[in-house]
Amino acid sequence: MAANPLESVGRETTDLLEYVGGVALLGGESARLIARLRIRVAETFNQAYLLGVQSWSIVLLTSLFTGMVISLESAVQAVHYGFGSLVGSAVAFGSFRELGPMLSAVVVAGRAGAAIAAELGSMVITEQIEALEALGLSPVRMLVVPRLVAMLLMLPVLTIMADIVSILGGAWLASQVAHIDYDTFFTSIRQGVTLSDMLLGLLKTFAFAIIIVLIGSYQGLRTRLGAAGVGISTTGSVVISIILIFITNFLLSYILFGGSVGGG
Amino acid sequence: MAVIARLDDVTLSYAERVVLQNLTLDVVEGAITCIVGLSGAGKSTILRLLNGLRKPSVGRVLVKGQDLTQLTERELVNLRRSIGFSFQFAALFDSLTVYDNVALPLRENMHLSDDEIRPRVHEALETVGLAGTDDKYPAELSGGMVKRVGFARAIITNPEIVLYDEPTTGSDPIITHLLTDTIMHLRKKMNGTAVVVSHDLQSIFMMADYVAMLFEGAIIAQGTLAEMRSSINPIVQQFLQGSEVGPIPI
Repeated sequence: MAANPLESVGRETTDLLEYVGGVALLGGESARLIARLRIRVAETFNQAYLLGVQSWSIVLLTSLFTGMVISLESAVQAVHYGFGSLVGSAVAFGSFRELGPMLSAVVVAGRAGAAIAAELGSMVITEQIEALEALGLSPVRMLVVPRLVAMLLMLPVLTIMADIVSILGGAWLASQVAHIDYDTFFTSIRQGVTLSDMLLGLLKTFAFAIIIVLIGSYQGLRTRLGAAGVGISTTGSVVISIILIFITNFLLSYILFGGSVGGG
Repeated sequence: MAVIARLDDVTLSYAERVVLQNLTLDVVEGAITCIVGLSGAGKSTILRLLNGLRKPSVGRVLVKGQDLTQLTERELVNLRRSIGFSFQFAALFDSLTVYDNVALPLRENMHLSDDEIRPRVHEALETVGLAGTDDKYPAELSGGMVKRVGFARAIITNPEIVLYDEPTTGSDPIITHLLTDTIMHLRKKMNGTAVVVSHDLQSIFMMADYVAMLFEGAIIAQGTLAEMRSSINPIVQQFLQGSEVGPIPI
């Protein structure tokens, strides 16, 4: 017998609310533990290395080529219309405000977010999470909080590095394809971009860090159905995180830059 | 005989599936109680009820005079710290060494210094016959060794009750004998109580002081090993004889 469409809509709504509620509870419990400084420092540094330091090469590589492609697209057109002196600010503006934070977050969600979901999911199916509870230990304090604090520390750092590499790549490409010299390029940045553009962009990374860790952790902790379930959790973590990063990026851009046309 | 833990008329269901129904079980203090039954009957769930990892839908779970169903989460966490739990596949943390796995409860719950932790961990590992394995990771150990590290972690805080979930499953007869011996030795050394879930008859006959048989969500018979062996209940007889002929549907 086919399921009643209303019943199906109702069930999916309930599932969605349950998911949102679960993530919110996980976030609330993590925030409570962080506020009470119940942070395992050594494990946090370990996670900062695993989630952050080990992601730097992939983040920088994607940023380098993104900066170069923005430069490629804008430099030729800008020179053609006589605005070659604005290419530097265009690349820096896009990198600081949007592409640096968002691309870093997307890449980290794909690498570190998936790793969190897979690791915690494996711990669920091998009863390690239940073992923590049986020992009277909180899985949130032991596993989620160190990852969250590590990500809050490392994602802004990765984003600053991504911004720098993106601009350097853009400057090099502009000099090669449009013969815009470095002095013109960087003068354009100094004149067209403010420190607040970079800082507000960095502000976004805290929201992205929270999304990546909470979604990855929640997906991992709700893993069922053995090894297949770990795969489902991991894929779900990446997909949901990336969608939320894009939505959050739009909302934050609207709130932070909505009334601003940018430029100094 | 004093009862240290009791499941009192417990029913546990998930959605529409009833796992345990009107189940009553007494755990005798200072003895080894084995819970036997078919695979998937809900034996492991009983252990999770006894340390508060599951809450019954109906009924009471009394441990050391406290009704677990009435405790707050914080009180439950404190209670769990006084109950050791050895998981079926040991559930060791694979990113930690043997030493760190065993030391974890002391480090995180009791906040002891490294100098205080070291002799206790070494004593526990020695008791389960694994002295000198400190720096090994779980992946480097055999199945029997992994289970014994799980035992060491379960007893490291000197709990009054230790729960063992299928401790010998998947082990060869020699390792089964070794693991069973270890459980008996640990119970005696700690002068505590053990509850063992198993369907391994060789192991049960070796160590059980009391046996409770779980069938279709309820304890259908409970008593000393001798009483169970002479039980006239055909289900108990069929199970203890390991026979395929009898009232148990296969």
